[in-house]
Amino acid sequence: MSEFVMPSLGADMESAILMEWHVKEGDKVSKGDVIAEVETSKGVIEIEVFEDGIVEKLLVEEETECKVGTPLAIIASDANESVEVKVEEKVEVEPPKEVIQQEELEPKKEVKLEPQEEPVVKVQSRELKISPAARKRAEELGIDISTITPIDGVIQLAQLEALNPQEVKVVVKEEKPQEKKKSETKDTKEGMRQAIAAAMSKSNAEIPHYYLSTSINMTPALEYLEELNKQRSIKERILPIAMLIRAVALALQEVPELNGFWHEEELHISKAIHPGIAIALRKGGLITPALLNADIMNLNDTMDSLSNLITRTRAGKLRSSELMAQTITITNLGDLGVDSVFGVIYPPQVAVIGFGIIKDAPWAEGDALCVRKVMQATLAGDHRATDGRVGAKFLDKLNNVLQNPKELL
Amino acid sequence: MAETTYREAVRAAIDDAMSSDERVFLMGEDVGHYGGCYAVSMGLLEKFGEQRIIDTPLSESTFTGAGIGAALNGMRPIVEIMTVNFSLLALDQIMNNAATLLHMSGGQFNVPLVIRMATGGGKQLGAQHSHSLEGWFAHIPGLKILTPATVQDAYDMVGLALKDPNPVLVFENALLYNDKGELDTSAKPLPIGKAKIEKEGKDVTILTYGISLFKSLEAAQTLAEEGINAEVIDLRSLRPLDDETIMASIAKTHRVVIVDEGWKSGSLSAEIMARINEQAFYELDAPMARVCTAEVPLPYAKHLEDAALPQADKIVETVKKMVGVS
Repeated sequence: MSEFVMPSLGADMESAILMEWHVKEGDKVSKGDVIAEVETSKGVIEIEVFEDGIVEKLLVEEETECKVGTPLAIIASDANESVEVKVEEKVEVEPPKEVIQQEELEPKKEVKLEPQEEPVVKVQSRELKISPAARKRAEELGIDISTITPIDGVIQLAQLEALNPQEVKVVVKEEKPQEKKKSETKDTKEGMRQAIAAAMSKSNAEIPHYYLSTSINMTPALEYLEELNKQRSIKERILPIAMLIRAVALALQEVPELNGFWHEEELHISKAIHPGIAIALRKGGLITPALLNADIMNLNDTMDSLSNLITRTRAGKLRSSELMAQTITITNLGDLGVDSVFGVIYPPQVAVIGFGIIKDAPWAEGDALCVRKVMQATLAGDHRATDGRVGAKFLDKLNNVLQNPKELL
Repeated sequence: MAETTYREAVRAAIDDAMSSDERVFLMGEDVGHYGGCYAVSMGLLEKFGEQRIIDTPLSESTFTGAGIGAALNGMRPIVEIMTVNFSLLALDQIMNNAATLLHMSGGQFNVPLVIRMATGGGKQLGAQHSHSLEGWFAHIPGLKILTPATVQDAYDMVGLALKDPNPVLVFENALLYNDKGELDTSAKPLPIGKAKIEKEGKDVTILTYGISLFKSLEAAQTLAEEGINAEVIDLRSLRPLDDETIMASIAKTHRVVIVDEGWKSGSLSAEIMARINEQAFYELDAPMARVCTAEVPLPYAKHLEDAALPQADKIVETVKKMVGVS
């Protein structure tokens, strides 16, 4: 028996609203089944169960907001051996099945589910004590209360009124461009902005980034792709980004140190490769859902999965595993004409790969100067986890793969 | 303007009302020949005679009911209940008849009855004779509850109550009868439902009524010496409450201490806090506080009784803690 808890769908998530149950008490569930839908700042997410069993009890009613870690349901397991499902493992690992008798012998041994190893991030305490009058005055003055140190644990009017108006202006205009004035409103877009702000602030404060960049001659790969696409219908055609993702997956197999998490002062390398793909939303904001198991997909699979992922992301229909499993992030701003992207790592990941525009550029080959399709590939790495040398090795592998596009298939 | 006592002010008000309106009469225990338990009606029997100053049997339910009947029939009775604890014997008449008849008759019969009673602790009369139940009565729709604190209000409120078409209960704190103050019988009285700012201030609002007004003013004086400028408001009328004056003051001071001689649980101070929360939450700069009577039947022993009742030093202490200079 185990508790099915509200998963952390990203380090920046503190709570979500359980919108709908897809199961009822007594239902049999298998690992990977979608058992509920929750609404987070990233949209409606389908959440999956991580074990086989029977839904013994639903603990939370629909449309209830729950903090991460809140037990949502009790799952009576038909397997009683402790199964640790970690994000590092392949998602389709089957928990071993045992006979029921053993469960009676060891009834207290619980199945421990840890789909998310990373700790819940607390950027700052929301337990700030501020008097209602001071809060109102702060809003009138446009002061971000999080910049004020409480006296004896409380912010009161006198303190605000003692502030030099000049200082206040500085606080508002410079230090905190994204002040959280209207944090009460449950606007998803704003929630997402705050979530991104929290995660990125943490990243920038805690992760010592190193940055590497390399120019890659994309002509061989693009020519190969063109040949490939010639024989295909428009629907089946493969986009350069799918090829790049595939190349990243191959390069990461050679340099696995960049694929994993920094957790408890230690690098945890993930065997599976679940690159988070940065996808911009039409209404604004950004989500980086995981393209699960990119390492075991061929080029066609990668393309299919990517299309599917983008469609579902924009429709707000992602699965919980896709929001939890990212082992590295890929961001591509080439379509906007950007040459190089120096990314900010999404904790607890340890690297982010950026792709810029692929454009005609002078290229020296042997003695000749010619024009080639050239792209800047960048890597931001967590210097606690890896050194620049590892990053350089990765970019080199990436380049090699793209120079031998047949390997991409 | 002349200086007079609270007792004399009440007596003058009854005298004036009876002189100007022949429908007004006074009845209660010992109000006639004895001159009233607190000597309020001393001399009135001689002036107005037994028809209008009526000594009643010791049966609060009976004479309060008789007062309701007289009011229904066009008279303007003033019923004196010796002290508030005896009003419990007349509670059925007050609550089930006086307060309800206007509504239950579909607006046909109002009950222009005035009930005066002595109230409050502090006189070493023991647990059964030291109640402060005005907050309790203020719970009842259909009644109006007045708590004159000053000599001026002691006079004015009798007239205000008689003019009101509803049953009005006037709570006279027994410790105030000997207090002296200025009285202007020709002044236009502040209407029912209007609080009075007795002392202006900017740092904290002290809301109070009855005898606690003077304890609050004494506290404000002490606080002023320490640089805390308290605003003291005499609520005067507990039902209806003057929300407007209360909220305006809190919008100015952002802090509030309520001094209520009732017990804290389910008290008038609790009601006022709830209203402030509903209407002026965003004006508050500190949690609201209150000074009430300790939650015990009032002790007889002097030092224990004093300790149980709200006192100026407790008000000072509460305000200082709130303002953060304790």
